Amino acid sequence: MIEIKLEKRPLPSRIEAFTYSVISVVFALAVSGAILKVYGVDPVSAYGIIVFHVFGSLPGISETIVKLIPLTLCGVGLTVAFRARLWNIGAEGQLLLGAIAATGVALFSGDLPSYVLIPLMFLAGFLAGALWGAIPALLKAVLNVNEVIVTTMMNYIAIELVRYLIYGPWRGAKEWGYPITDEIPDAAKLICIPGTRIHIATLAIAVASVILIYILITRTTFGFELRVVGGNPEAAKYAGVSYLKIVLLSMIISGGLAGLAGTGEIAGIHYRLRYPESISMGYGFTAIIVAWLARLNPLLVLVTSIFFGGLLVGGYVMKIMLGLPVAMVNIFNGSTLMSLLLCELLLQYKIKFIVKRREMH
Amino acid sequence: MNLNLNQISYSSNENTEYVVEMKGIVKRFFNVIANDHIDFKLRRGEIHALLGENGAGKTTLMNILYGIYTPDEGEIYVNGRLVEIKTPRDAIKLGIGMVHQHFMLVETLTVAENLALELETSFLNPTEEVRLKVEEIMEKYGLKVNLDAKVWQLSTGEKQRIEILKAICRGANILILDEPTSVLTPGEVRELFKFLKRMASEGKSIIFVTHKLKEVMEISDRVTVLRKGKVVGILDTSKTNEYELAKLMVGREVIFELEKAPSKLSDPQLVVEKLNVLNDRGQLAVKDVSFEVRGGEIYGIAGVAGNGQKELVEAITGLRRVVSGKIYIGGVDATNRGPSAVRRMGVAFIPEDRKMGFVPSMSVAENLVLKRYRESPFSNRFFLNYDAIQLYAKKLIEEYKIDTPSERSPAKLLSGGNVQRMILARELSNGSEVIIAVHPTYGLDVGSTEYVRRLLLKRRSEGAAILLVSEDLDEILSLSDRIAVMFEGKIVGELPCEKADIETLGLMMSGAYARR
Repeated sequence: MIEIKLEKRPLPSRIEAFTYSVISVVFALAVSGAILKVYGVDPVSAYGIIVFHVFGSLPGISETIVKLIPLTLCGVGLTVAFRARLWNIGAEGQLLLGAIAATGVALFSGDLPSYVLIPLMFLAGFLAGALWGAIPALLKAVLNVNEVIVTTMMNYIAIELVRYLIYGPWRGAKEWGYPITDEIPDAAKLICIPGTRIHIATLAIAVASVILIYILITRTTFGFELRVVGGNPEAAKYAGVSYLKIVLLSMIISGGLAGLAGTGEIAGIHYRLRYPESISMGYGFTAIIVAWLARLNPLLVLVTSIFFGGLLVGGYVMKIMLGLPVAMVNIFNGSTLMSLLLCELLLQYKIKFIVKRREMH
Repeated sequence: MNLNLNQISYSSNENTEYVVEMKGIVKRFFNVIANDHIDFKLRRGEIHALLGENGAGKTTLMNILYGIYTPDEGEIYVNGRLVEIKTPRDAIKLGIGMVHQHFMLVETLTVAENLALELETSFLNPTEEVRLKVEEIMEKYGLKVNLDAKVWQLSTGEKQRIEILKAICRGANILILDEPTSVLTPGEVRELFKFLKRMASEGKSIIFVTHKLKEVMEISDRVTVLRKGKVVGILDTSKTNEYELAKLMVGREVIFELEKAPSKLSDPQLVVEKLNVLNDRGQLAVKDVSFEVRGGEIYGIAGVAGNGQKELVEAITGLRRVVSGKIYIGGVDATNRGPSAVRRMGVAFIPEDRKMGFVPSMSVAENLVLKRYRESPFSNRFFLNYDAIQLYAKKLIEEYKIDTPSERSPAKLLSGGNVQRMILARELSNGSEVIIAVHPTYGLDVGSTEYVRRLLLKRRSEGAAILLVSEDLDEILSLSDRIAVMFEGKIVGELPCEKADIETLGLMMSGAYARR
């Protein structure tokens, strides 16, 4: 008989942590590869085609950057919440709220010049996302309601809210009854790099937020308090750190950044509110993996977003070039998260296999 | 059943002198050697103390004997037979039982149900079968527990008794007790010792793991002393004394009697007036408590845990709201001002639960400024100044001899004693005039305990007002100038140190004075 025992390991070094992240990705590739094989596609050549089209062609690269923008914004926001040990599963909903607010401002604030309208849209997007984050934060801090459940459920409220608006009051007058709003005025549209869909303003905001959040977490008193609350809530109370303040602020930042992502999608890509699944292809959920794979380091979020952005584009390549269902991307995402969790275990524990023999003599 | 089977299978080996022989046991954890060729022998029917400081390797050795760890080298003989113990199940089969420091009981079930969980009983009505067997055992050893009580209603001492019963029911002839007295009141300790002696006289062999010298002298027949993973002495208790044991254990002379020079008393620094405080369940936990602590004085509060000390301390430190009454610090009203304000008024707080006092994931340096990160020069309210923080940390690490790889290492790498040093360094280094210390030496080894007590006495002679809350009467007696006893939320008596002794305090703690 073989028995399996877990023994605690010493603290992993950075190199070990990085190695395990890479191993987990390779493991996920292998699992997805096996599924591809079952599907009748050779995984090696399939991965080759995907990598070539995603990172080796201009449209592939530019589309990867397009996907990277919302992933980075949501992912960076999530590092803030996760560092405070708040399991915000609601970035998707917070992003959609940002999209709603931005569309609302663009459609209903009259003839404003671009330099007023666009900042207003971002502000509204941030505030709406922040509001969506603040509600579960308040429930958590005041009534100790589990934030996982509240943030998850509020995603559905946000999705239905978008549906209600596009089927109901905001349905476009010029759209022949399609469930979309009217197009936003030109002044509300972001400038893109010619020939691509890369909306530079949002990209700049995303990169800036990565740097700012990194400084916020590691160099400021707020970041210190955030890490105290996340590391040991009891000690936070003992040190006189206000739990309510930290929970509320970190969820406002987390939700607000997701809201900015939503604003970018409207003002840079879609120019109107439409089906929620068209606005966001699950960016808010993928961002959870983005943040974890980056080990909650905001700077690394930029790297992991490139990876997952490429993966989403790879989904199109699979569909168009290989005739595979887009669901393959979800399978890959799922197996990455699972193998990440497994590697987390391997980082902290050593697995010992004990072969059981009969007693001696 | 289990019990009978075990008795039969091992009776054939009763002629061997040693029931357990561990030979040349080696266990390494990531290059750190926890057990370095340890030999340990347990005689039938003896109480054998395993003495050593924290980190000496006692628990590791016992975990090997109980099958939680497997040794890297070495042999184990039970009843003269070479055995391999790979899991606790193997150990139980060999008649070895272990009572851990933390109990493994289902709080919402009754005692009988908890015992039934551990044994192979019939599917229907399992508790009836247990009852007969357990009552027989309780009779034999004088262990009394109400089988129908729910576990959560019981005191710590009673819970420990269930754990012992559990082990005996499973057929243990060799009983390992890991620091069994650390959770008990003096009265409960006496009870425990009584039935341990009775069990030994009935032929059970007992390993008593401890770092308390007094208990070794009181209970054991023989003692094995460990230091840094090695056996440094195997002695007959009757032929040794506390001083010799302490020297063996620590590796140098230890001074037990702390010099307590008379200090100059100043004005009252901490004044508590008719304080009433609620506990988490909304019941009155502190009732009309009044006292004052002067500068240069240690005021000890003794009492069994759960008699309102926790709520009293939390109220003084601003962590818990006061219903009525007043708290003055340095003459200023500090009632319901919150923890930050109270700290700024000059109150240092060494919490009961060490886990509350530090953040394991953050660095030692960050933990050392846990309460002062908002002050200059550590930050300018918004940005932290890591240069200043690290400089300050280096100074404290040296001054308080905190054993850490560097000031940037996460605090979770520190041992319990070093975590306490870190907390003390933070709390005592900012010149606070009022110090609230709750069980400041709980779980510390002899060396660290001595250090902590010296530090408190030093702050006393420097004029600080110190409130010492502890269940450890030796500690209260050796440090305090005046001693109060809390029982059911009230202070039932206050004595100057010279007039207090363990017996009187023990009686007061049990409520004998309150009922009169």
